[in-house]
Amino acid sequence: MTIPTTVRIQREAFDVSAEAKKLTHGRTDAGAVVTFTGICRGAEGGEPIAALTLEHYPGMAEAEIERHVQEAVARWPIIGVTVIHRYGRIVPGEDIVMVVTVSSHREAAFAAAEFLMDYLKTRAPFWKQVEKAGAKANAKTWVEAKTTDDAAAERWGVPGRHAAE
Amino acid sequence: MKLRYFAWVRERIGKPEEDIELPAGVSTVAELIAWLSARGEEYAYAFENPKVIRAAINRTHVKPDSKIAGAGEIAFFPPMTGG
Repeated sequence: MTIPTTVRIQREAFDVSAEAKKLTHGRTDAGAVVTFTGICRGAEGGEPIAALTLEHYPGMAEAEIERHVQEAVARWPIIGVTVIHRYGRIVPGEDIVMVVTVSSHREAAFAAAEFLMDYLKTRAPFWKQVEKAGAKANAKTWVEAKTTDDAAAERWGVPGRHAAE
Repeated sequence: MKLRYFAWVRERIGKPEEDIELPAGVSTVAELIAWLSARGEEYAYAFENPKVIRAAINRTHVKPDSKIAGAGEIAFFPPMTGG
């Protein structure tokens, strides 16, 4: 049976509970649903921010995420996956990214969701620019990559950003 | 061959993409970065630390020693910060 997988890159907001219901609707083999939502924080590096602007590489972003969704499907007995990543200007409190995984038992759904998020952080072609608030309002800086994210991705055997070195 | 730039690489070079004729003697990603760096101040600035630059050929991640022969589109960008 083909496993339903969906990858979307969009500017618009998404509804994580609606996406989860779409994956489980009408089936009785689903025993576990894990949803992860990444949200824009109101501060970055201890300083208040007005917004994040996410730039992406159209075409490559979809293809790269799809590749890793297929890898998750191959590695764990999951029976449904949806990944949605937003781009454009996002203000604090708004959602940025969501991952939904469905499986018969919880272990696979938890592991696959974590794998996909760790991967997204380091290999999906997205870049966050910070628009500062407060005393430094209007200043823009690019978020720097975190080595802790690389380490998180590498524990799955996925090369982190070191791959190009 | 089309070159595409993203995030601060795009900002430093001052354009999102361009078409180039691949010069003779440039056969890897690292050699292309070195050749671009010599094209002007904006390129030198964008590629001042080649170790942090990531590249993709035809929308797939590649390493500096990857061959570029036959590539339709090569992209350069900083380490990714999505999710």
